[in-house]
Amino acid sequence: MTFTLSDPTWYPIASSEDLPFRHVYQGQLLGRELAVWRADDGNVNVWENRCLHRGVRLSIGINEGAELKCQYHGWRYANRSAGCTYIPAHPADAPARRIQNRTYPVREAYGLIWSAANDEQPFRPFPGAEDKDWLPLRPMPVNAEPEDVLAALARLDQYADILPGLSIRSGNVIWFVQPVDAGRAVIRGLLADQPAEPLAELRRYNELLTGLRDRLERAATRKPAPAPLQPIFEKVSADLATMPEIAIPRGNTMTVVVKRKWQSADGVIGFELAARQGHLPTFQPGAHIDVHLPNGMTRQYSITNGPGDLMSYVIGVKAESAGKGGSKVLVETVREGDLLAISEPRNNFPLRRDATRTVLIAGGIGITPLLSMARFLDKSSLPYELHYFVRSGEQAAFRDQLEALHGKVIIHQGLPRDEIAATIATSLGEWSMAQHVYVCGPSAMLESVRATAAAQGWPDEAIHFEYFKNDKVIDNSSSFEIELARSAMTLHVPAGKTILEIMREAGLTVPSSCEQGACGTCLTTVIEGEIDHQDVYLNNSEKASNACMMTCVSRAKSARLVLDI
Amino acid sequence: MPNIDPLTRDLWQVVAATDEITPGVVETTILLDTPIAITRDSTGAPIVWRRTDEEQGDEINPASIAERLPVTSGYGYIWTSFGNPPAELFPIPEYAEADRVNMSCGSIGIHVSAPRAVENFLDMGHFPYVHTDILGAEPHTEVKEYDVEVSEERDEVLATRCRFIQPRAAKSATSAMEVEYVYRVPHPFCSVLYKSCPEDESRRDVIAIFLQPMTEERCRAHLLQSMIDSTSTITDLRRFQQTIFGQDKPILENQFPKRLPLDPRSETPIRADKSAIAYRRWLSQKGITYGVIPAAG
Repeated sequence: MTFTLSDPTWYPIASSEDLPFRHVYQGQLLGRELAVWRADDGNVNVWENRCLHRGVRLSIGINEGAELKCQYHGWRYANRSAGCTYIPAHPADAPARRIQNRTYPVREAYGLIWSAANDEQPFRPFPGAEDKDWLPLRPMPVNAEPEDVLAALARLDQYADILPGLSIRSGNVIWFVQPVDAGRAVIRGLLADQPAEPLAELRRYNELLTGLRDRLERAATRKPAPAPLQPIFEKVSADLATMPEIAIPRGNTMTVVVKRKWQSADGVIGFELAARQGHLPTFQPGAHIDVHLPNGMTRQYSITNGPGDLMSYVIGVKAESAGKGGSKVLVETVREGDLLAISEPRNNFPLRRDATRTVLIAGGIGITPLLSMARFLDKSSLPYELHYFVRSGEQAAFRDQLEALHGKVIIHQGLPRDEIAATIATSLGEWSMAQHVYVCGPSAMLESVRATAAAQGWPDEAIHFEYFKNDKVIDNSSSFEIELARSAMTLHVPAGKTILEIMREAGLTVPSSCEQGACGTCLTTVIEGEIDHQDVYLNNSEKASNACMMTCVSRAKSARLVLDI
Repeated sequence: MPNIDPLTRDLWQVVAATDEITPGVVETTILLDTPIAITRDSTGAPIVWRRTDEEQGDEINPASIAERLPVTSGYGYIWTSFGNPPAELFPIPEYAEADRVNMSCGSIGIHVSAPRAVENFLDMGHFPYVHTDILGAEPHTEVKEYDVEVSEERDEVLATRCRFIQPRAAKSATSAMEVEYVYRVPHPFCSVLYKSCPEDESRRDVIAIFLQPMTEERCRAHLLQSMIDSTSTITDLRRFQQTIFGQDKPILENQFPKRLPLDPRSETPIRADKSAIAYRRWLSQKGITYGVIPAAG
């Protein structure tokens, strides 16, 4: 048997006890190094032992419980998905591109951690695995070819049964040979049932294996060493290798199940949306998803989850029918067990995770992105304050989640307008270096925080807010031509009509949601022409790039725009 | 001799600090997979040859060494070559300024390729994490926009307008300051850094790293400081630089693969890596294959 990099067999790669919390274990399988770590939720991650940025081993990284932090540049990768959640060199634009470390399948069973080179085979328990209480023996690394190790184990007991996957049953022990490389292996034994004197038993087997190792290594020196397996470091995707000046998030749709729907507070309904299989994509604190509603509308909702928490997304929906009735449909007709289509998470509200003080200010349903931010800061033990303004105590959503936080969480109830302003002023305080404020809530509150912060010396870069609504007056007086490059069509946009409306009149199906330049759904690449941006979605540098726009509110300053549609 | 690209063969390669070679005594090391021996004659002039049966510390009559490799001295170090090296070493004009303190800060072995070490030297993003509270600290993790050009005239990579907030940028610094850097890569395995000097605002300290490629996956870093510092002792200045280097060493030795991959798709670049990307491309265009994994095709 020759070992290949793609051998799909499941092998044990560690003992459960090699993975205490907040530790990263360096595993090995078939010539590869693996970073193996347990998150605080118990999940075990098996990843390629290499940060995708500059190749530094993640086994020297820091296990923060829900994210792993690389020691070289501070990049963080999320539990389960291995998706990058933070790039400190560019804190303002978070990882706009999907950067995901390579992961391997994993299963924890019988006191061992199991993995395979790929997903081709499902994990199967070894024969007779289920009815015993297994005790893992001390593993023994051996510098010998894995088949030779297996043959030597077989010679220990003439009645031994050879089992699939380089394993052997010998009496009440099952031996597994973990192929580390073409010429290296680890012997891992499982003892059926807990012995009366475990220490003596463990010692006895350890002596047995030590003797076996010595014989095997002596024999191995007498034959030519096999060539080591050469792991292939897979190339990153082409879009990760190029560096766009700005990254435009474009999501695919995926289907989720409404796992739970509950009343989180007076007027706020919570929805837990679970993946149909496995986990959902990585998101950053502050990110939102577009939810495609049964009535054909699309609405944005912030993800409230904490770091590495990817089995489901929890969103909060304001029950009173806001806007064009999107939330109303969710609240009234969507039930537990229903399927919904959602976009991949997008983030227009990136959180800096290197601030000396972070102030989070939420009004009403604006708590949702800030709850997620607070959970990320909390998990990394970074200082923050969360001020949550509600009309009455019954309206404070996600109370249990807020109470589980260790930072300073203050719920301000039923304050009159002038007291809100005064409270905001006190909460903010005078600005000093490396302090940041994040605010989400009604427009009036956003404006109040912006004005107060500015008056108290907070610079623009330190004030972060997210609009769900564009309150600007849209100037739609211009008229111009649009050329749709991919559809080979030229259309005239007259004053008073939007690009979106004109495209729809011409029979094109184009996505949109808020239709007021706030959500980013109708984001379109512009190939030529000068754009008159009127949205609040794109930031200034994105606008200045003149490479994309919102077809619902943007217009042309030039006579013609060429769109990538 | 292994497969060494012609450009690498013709370069001047650093092998030892001049002061550390005793005349008439053999020092041995490895350059480009080849064992070499070094000594100095009675006038102090360096001699380098392919090592045969000499041992480290042997006493030798320098006049007896017949087959010598090309040799030159520069910036406190001895340089040699296996090919036809250029007439001059790359220039560091500041080294000649009368009031500067020039010093070698030691030669440190690192189990990584020389180009990986150069790239690490060019990188500001790691300061807050690897050199915490010295060259960087949270919350100042942001790498601001800077300019990079490959100067055709001088055949070097040049990164300018690099700014970073540092708690303690130099031995003479007493408080955090925004430091401005200029990085030059005038040689595939050497880089020179200019940084604002805490003592004299109008001038810049110079720190250079010369990497001796021992094998494709191992090198020795030779450090030079050319400082304007009237108070610190040379021991302190050396210790400061060695502390910084000691912090880089374990990170570098945990980088995989150990050779620098030149294919743009082998690792994920970000805007902060502009100088590293220019450096990788420059190596690729020159045809350097030693210590790198060339891009396919």
